[in-house]
Amino acid sequence: MTGSFRDLLPIILVIAFFQLAVLRQPLPNLADLLVGTLLVVMGLTFFVYGLELGLFPIGETMAHAFARKGSVVWLLLFAFALGFGTTVAEPALIAVSREAAQVAAEAGVVSRDEVAMAGYAVKLRLTVAVSVGLAIVIGVFRILKGWPIQYFIIAGYLLVVTMTTFAPRSIIGIAYDSGGVTTSTITVPLVTALGVGLASSIQGRNPMVDGFGLIAFASLTPMIFVMAFGILVH
Amino acid sequence: MSWLTGMVGAGLATLRDVLPIAAIIFGFQFLVIRRPIPNLRRVLVGFLYVLLGLTLFLEGLEQALFPLGRLMARQLTDPAFIFGSLDAVAAAVHWWDYYWVYLFAFAIGFSTTVAEPSLLAVAIKANQVSGGAIGIWGLRIAVALGVAIGIALGSFRIVTGYPLHWFIIVGYIVVVVQTWYAPRLIIPLAYDSGGVTTSTVTVPLVAALGLGLAETVPGRNTLIDGFGLIAFASLFPIMTVMAYAQLSEYTARRHRKRTG
Repeated sequence: MTGSFRDLLPIILVIAFFQLAVLRQPLPNLADLLVGTLLVVMGLTFFVYGLELGLFPIGETMAHAFARKGSVVWLLLFAFALGFGTTVAEPALIAVSREAAQVAAEAGVVSRDEVAMAGYAVKLRLTVAVSVGLAIVIGVFRILKGWPIQYFIIAGYLLVVTMTTFAPRSIIGIAYDSGGVTTSTITVPLVTALGVGLASSIQGRNPMVDGFGLIAFASLTPMIFVMAFGILVH
Repeated sequence: MSWLTGMVGAGLATLRDVLPIAAIIFGFQFLVIRRPIPNLRRVLVGFLYVLLGLTLFLEGLEQALFPLGRLMARQLTDPAFIFGSLDAVAAAVHWWDYYWVYLFAFAIGFSTTVAEPSLLAVAIKANQVSGGAIGIWGLRIAVALGVAIGIALGSFRIVTGYPLHWFIIVGYIVVVVQTWYAPRLIIPLAYDSGGVTTSTVTVPLVAALGLGLAETVPGRNTLIDGFGLIAFASLFPIMTVMAYAQLSEYTARRHRKRTG
């Protein structure tokens, strides 16, 4: 409890300082503020508890089970399902793709009616979800092979930079942001536990060097895929 | 009783987040692995705690901090605040006029990242895996500093209107050069920390800031210039985490030299 409160203290201080000292306004609804803060602190405490009890163990036991089973195909299929399934319903992504549809309508790429814009948003969402699925597949494959991560990331950066020169200007901002919004609070611990679990159950892999990095892939591929989507559609 | 309905809404939203994940996990577990899950009850209780925790967390934020934070982002970017009064609004905006906005961007980026649950999860795991060599707080503060710098710089970019990709490309070059020199163990974790920073707490507040700036700075387009803050917030932590590792390696080496 005290740990969670300490986590939250900086936000409270920042908001109080700007409200009282910079904007020189009173804090509205002090009671709401206190109740809300208490809820956040309790929520964070439960979350961490559940993390150690449920999310971390299940991610690791599944990694061990797949490693023991020895079927690469099933493991990669699981990796894809995990990446795709957790991204496609992600609220932040739904919000961003809706905004993107608006940008596209403004630029005259799709017509301004509701149906066309909704169609564009759904296609964009599926594109991002497929890209995250593929990211986890590539990331898991890298762990199996033990290849150094930096070559993949640098190649990804080069691809992003090259595509930026070809992509329509209006989609670049959305593409760059889409890398950050895909990884939700439940996906991150699960995917991390999966990577670390895999790396520790394969001989010769170091969980620190090989286990991390799945999330890095998941935030890089959406940029590439959204720009490709922009080039194809616009 | 408004908070009760809000709580139910937040609970349903979290449930919708968890359901596909649970379906995939248990589907593969029963159909492919075909082996009972060890400590199934414990795992289920854990899931329940995660669900409950995130619900309380989101509802609490929505009750207390988000409305105030969003309002604040709007007020700080309001020309009436920046220039003292509406009559004094300058024809050409000088980037320095927005100094409170940069400070707010830095402070809110830092403080929301410290409270970000997914970063906490990764920090706990990294601490376990590294046998304590990577401190939970060290990593969190390194990442939070990265997000703070990223969002402050991103606000500067929106005010000045410079193209987003120049900043990102320069950032990539710095990351690649740093990768060359950074300790090998930290590299994957550093790359990961770019993606974990921006979720539940940071995105809504940062989005409000970007939108407020793009709407009020003369000559900016909401739909084009409002984006990009999240990209900055996911790039800079990579640099600060590698810098953190380089710094701790450097001090450890100096310490060893002095004692040995």
